[in-house]
Amino acid sequence: MDISHATAGDLLAGLDDGSLTSVAIVESCLARIAAENERIGAFLSVDGENALAQAAAIDRRRAAGEPLGPLAGLPVAIKDNLCATGQLATCASRMLSNFRPPYDAHVIERLKAADAVLLGRTNMDEFAMGSSTENSAFQLTRNPWNIERSPGGSSGGSAAAVASGMVPLALGSDTGGSIRQPAAFCGVVGMKPTYGRVSRYGLVAFASSLDQIGPFANDVAGAARLLDAIAGHDPRDATCVNRPATECARRLDEPLSGLKVGVVAEHFIRGLHPDVRSAVETALDVYRDLGAEVIDIHLPHSKYGVAAYYLVAPSEASSNLARYDGVHYGHRAAKFENLLDMYSRTRGEGFGPEVKRRIMLGTYALSAGYYDAYYLKALKVRRLIHDDYAAAFAQVDVIAAPVAPTPPFKIGELIDDPLAMYLSDVYTLGANLAGIPGISIPAGFSRDGLPIGLQLLGPAFSEERLLRAARMFEQATEWRRRRPGDEPSMTRRR
Amino acid sequence: MSRAFTRDDVAKVASLARLELSEAELDGYASQLGRILDYVEILDTLDTENVEPMAHAVALANVFRPDEPGTSLSREEALANAPSSDGRYFLVPPILGEV
Repeated sequence: MDISHATAGDLLAGLDDGSLTSVAIVESCLARIAAENERIGAFLSVDGENALAQAAAIDRRRAAGEPLGPLAGLPVAIKDNLCATGQLATCASRMLSNFRPPYDAHVIERLKAADAVLLGRTNMDEFAMGSSTENSAFQLTRNPWNIERSPGGSSGGSAAAVASGMVPLALGSDTGGSIRQPAAFCGVVGMKPTYGRVSRYGLVAFASSLDQIGPFANDVAGAARLLDAIAGHDPRDATCVNRPATECARRLDEPLSGLKVGVVAEHFIRGLHPDVRSAVETALDVYRDLGAEVIDIHLPHSKYGVAAYYLVAPSEASSNLARYDGVHYGHRAAKFENLLDMYSRTRGEGFGPEVKRRIMLGTYALSAGYYDAYYLKALKVRRLIHDDYAAAFAQVDVIAAPVAPTPPFKIGELIDDPLAMYLSDVYTLGANLAGIPGISIPAGFSRDGLPIGLQLLGPAFSEERLLRAARMFEQATEWRRRRPGDEPSMTRRR
Repeated sequence: MSRAFTRDDVAKVASLARLELSEAELDGYASQLGRILDYVEILDTLDTENVEPMAHAVALANVFRPDEPGTSLSREEALANAPSSDGRYFLVPPILGEV
């Protein structure tokens, strides 16, 4: 078996039948990282020795016939904004370059309980703010399919790590598309669960009403297994809903009969790249061939999404990031004149350009005299967008949509034009505003051989059906089998 | 709400946000934030008079946990990341008599 691109399911089967050991899997990942990470820049840090020790312990327990967790022996990469005791959690920011949290995030506890192997920490846009991973204070991440291109963001490191075969599974966070867009750009599966499905305890907060942790994998089943491992109630996040954990992997291969797939007229607008449009249209044909009914629907307020989102998210960010004051943890300026000056210099030195931009935008939108015109207005539009989705899901089971308006853009292409970068989130941020789940699955390639994703959205708490709908598409297509570096002759094959 | 976003506006917001910005940053943010604020004016075209604001995606109210004592971080753990500490407290510059 080629371990480096094997699915989580194949690896677990190999571990079960004794043909693989967790140590062998981790060694393969480490070899791949040693060979590729300098070029791709997916990982910020890898603790190989520790990962091998975790793997060896699990192998010993397996050999002794002890009961093991559902991800036993599988390596998982962790986005650098998730806290794990004693390990650096930098959020790719100078502000937190030396921060070692004294506790585990809920999802880290869950991964440990599932006997997963924590492999290393992945690069991201600073504090998850960005759509290209170029806002990392530490390093660039490159798209494994073409190193001139962005892997997307903000979870670009996790997506690139899975796409380049460095790890079968990874965690990311999605506030406006930060799992789905990099998954699309890197040709892997990435899912944002329903808001409240996964505890945010131990996720460094960006925009608390929008943030959600979710899985990356090289196939839909891997994403389902990882979601099942991390979902479930946690009283330490008061917004984490009290529902039983998901069991998405169990019936994943059962196709949905009578599936109604919505296609949104407002999505096919100027600015949608022809290759992306064609991939989505082809995907709709795949669903028709599978017996699904494709129904035209409308999300009449979708054109207001970017504006509403880029008021709500920065407002919450400006409030959340007020905690970085150089007192309790993180960077503190070396020179200052008084306490206020210490705060200002600490923050001026510690934050990068995009984080400052969003703090400024949010502070302005919340400031006296502008609160009603900006923040409150945006919250009202958020309601309209939420209601649009509710009306749509009265008609259809899932919505099929583009993930990003274009195939992966070039590194440097949008970084000096913040508004253009924000507009690239147009198809993903609605799910965060509405709180609904969304998944990106490989759905083809551009004429330049770059991956294109298909986004499926479902009503709140419909993850099981959403993943089954995604699995139907994956089974009917060959897209996920192509890997970076393969012959481009496969690009047109469905 | 349309108006130019000036360098002075940027400086005022930066002061509210406790962010020290360089001269170049003040100029850059004035034009970038101005463009973004122009863009969000699209929201003004919507009548939202009778729309309830939505601060959260999931309607949850009064989420309580049992009032039971739990463990908290030790002093050593809590202070481990402090930029300045005497082993008992977080240390900050004097706050009385100036600011």
